[in-house]
Amino acid sequence: MANDVLVVVEEQDGTVTDATRELLGAGRALSGELGGEVLALRLGPGSLAEQLAGADRVLHVEHPALEPYNPEAWEVTVAEVAKERGARVVLMATTTVGMDLGPAVAARLGAPVVCYVVGAAVDGGQLVATAKIYGGKLLAEVEVPGEAAVLVAIGGSFAPASGGSVPEVEPVPAPAALDGLRTAVRQRIEPDRSDVDITAADLLVAVGRGIGDRDNLELVQELADALGAPLASSRPLVDQGWMPKSRQVGKSGLKVKPKAYLMFGISGAPEHIEGMRDAELIVACNTDPNAPIFEVAHFGTTADLFDLVPALVERVG
Amino acid sequence: MRIVVPIKQVPDLVEELELLPEGTDLDRDLLTFKLNEYDDHAVEEALCLKEAAGAEVVVVGLDEPEIDQSLYTALAKGADRAVKLTGDLEGWIDTHRRVAALASWLASEPFDLVLVGVQAVDDLDGQVPALLGARLGVPHVSVVTRVEPSGDGAALVHQEYSGGLAAELEVRLPAVVGVQAARQAPRYASITRVRQAMQEGSIEEVAATGADEAAGLRVRRLFAPEASGHAEMLEGNVGEVAERILELLRTRGLLKA
Ligand SMILES: Cc1cc2nc3c(=O)[nH]c(=O)nc-3n(C[C@H](O)[C@H](O)[C@H](O)COP(=O)(O)OP(=O)(O)OC[C@H]3O[C@@H](n4cnc5c(N)ncnc54)[C@H](O)[C@@H]3O)c2cc1C
Ligand SMILES: Nc1ncnc2c1ncn2[C@@H]1O[C@H](COP(=O)(O)O)[C@@H](O)[C@H]1O
Repeated sequence: MANDVLVVVEEQDGTVTDATRELLGAGRALSGELGGEVLALRLGPGSLAEQLAGADRVLHVEHPALEPYNPEAWEVTVAEVAKERGARVVLMATTTVGMDLGPAVAARLGAPVVCYVVGAAVDGGQLVATAKIYGGKLLAEVEVPGEAAVLVAIGGSFAPASGGSVPEVEPVPAPAALDGLRTAVRQRIEPDRSDVDITAADLLVAVGRGIGDRDNLELVQELADALGAPLASSRPLVDQGWMPKSRQVGKSGLKVKPKAYLMFGISGAPEHIEGMRDAELIVACNTDPNAPIFEVAHFGTTADLFDLVPALVERVG
Repeated sequence: MRIVVPIKQVPDLVEELELLPEGTDLDRDLLTFKLNEYDDHAVEEALCLKEAAGAEVVVVGLDEPEIDQSLYTALAKGADRAVKLTGDLEGWIDTHRRVAALASWLASEPFDLVLVGVQAVDDLDGQVPALLGARLGVPHVSVVTRVEPSGDGAALVHQEYSGGLAAELEVRLPAVVGVQAARQAPRYASITRVRQAMQEGSIEEVAATGADEAAGLRVRRLFAPEASGHAEMLEGNVGEVAERILELLRTRGLLKA
């Protein structure tokens, strides 16, 4: 049984994601307490080792089925490597990859899994994780016993690994099971770029399910127009067909970093926060004083958006 | 094609969440439960598939608060059968136990597709789609927004990634799919239709088995996020709050006038 921490590497267009670098940071801290190595597990062409400082070693598996991402191929590979190395902790990010793989790899290892992790430490030899539940309204501190565990962490929760030299690369043979998969990638689907680019705006007005009804959107649109800002939204409005996908902020939408983000009727679920937490100024209007968005916003108000938005429109003119 | 849709009730997050004195669970007596929103999408996608290609749609839920209402609603919308798994299911049941119960029932129910909601807000130990797929030994794909049959014995699914990227995957059936959003907004069932479904009394009850496998986690405590990063709350009447907000924009040069 090793005490290694295995970090599942994700990249986009050849660049290792911020979330992965944060996992390496978390891995460094954990391995300091566990005494093992931090192993970065890279699946696909190119080891990306020069971007993986913080890892002691890069385990690199290459196989045509691993690129582009295929959930079954990745699951088989991550589980096999984790098992073979006897990894103590497997770290993944709360992305599609983490959601597909985290619980499945845990099931294959017979190990516990904690999702939406924002903190992890070793306390008296015991792995303890802190995770968001109930849409971020509560945190849970849980003991994770056993010889192996899978933690799926929310982006932005750990400091990224800093410094360190380029880790050594260890090629690892691909599992034989990759030749008999039941899942295949048919095509990549690119986002529609014909709408305004909300990532380019200095000021965004964002609206969420608190708007209640499609017809009420006119109200916030009027404010957005008066401020000369594009209207953005949370995911449920897009799923309802009320807003185009190109306006969605968050994990499965766009990441924005405007100078100011004015939000109305958005609760602040972790998936939304992931897309806007880096805005320079965040002002949130939400009638629920316990809404998690107030943990992230710089300024907040519990005014009713149906009172506040007209008051703003009136004053902007 | 036979489609099974497991559905689940979750606490309504708009309400206040009160902890029990031990601090390791919510006071469930004070909560209002509603259907997990992603399950509503899973039901919708199943019904769309049924309409487009023909399918039998079976909804199944564990005997948790107000599940009957959601099962009847699914029947009213067009599901063919509703099943309730009963047994000793008090309190916060972790995902491993739920999956064990669902999986042992599924072992006796042939299926081509299991469409589950991508996640529910109330659990810690992972998402059902991946656990259920792994447990049943069938492929699974999560974060999906569209499912279509493709020729024989397979389905095409759209899986979403960050930044608006997606991919079309082909997966051999049977398979488990975690539905993030249906291809269209979930339909409504009129109260009359739901009442009608209730009068027909058509929920089948089956004793749950296998639900004794725990996740192996021990909750030390639940707590509200610490106020350290809390927003500065703008006080005053709506007019004053509006003024403050515009002032914040003005000082940053974001207001034209
Ligand atoms: C894999 C995955 C990916 C996801 N990706 C995204 C994503 O990219 N972007 C995203 O946004 N979500 C995403 N989600 C969904 C996310 O989990 C939440 O469900 C969503 O962000 C909630 O949107 P909301 O805040 O608008 O709605 P709710 O959570 O329903 O919040 C509505 C809020 O409005 C407030 N309110 C109600 N009435 C008023 C009023 N009159 N005035 C003021 N306030 C009012 C309420 O107090 C409440 O807090 C994703 C989920 C999953 C599982
Ligand atoms: N007790 C349950 N009964 C039926 N379906 C469930 C149950 N628990 C979870 N599910 C399904 O699994 C999905 C994901 O839930 P979870 O993985 O618990 O976040 C839910 O949206 C349901 O579709």
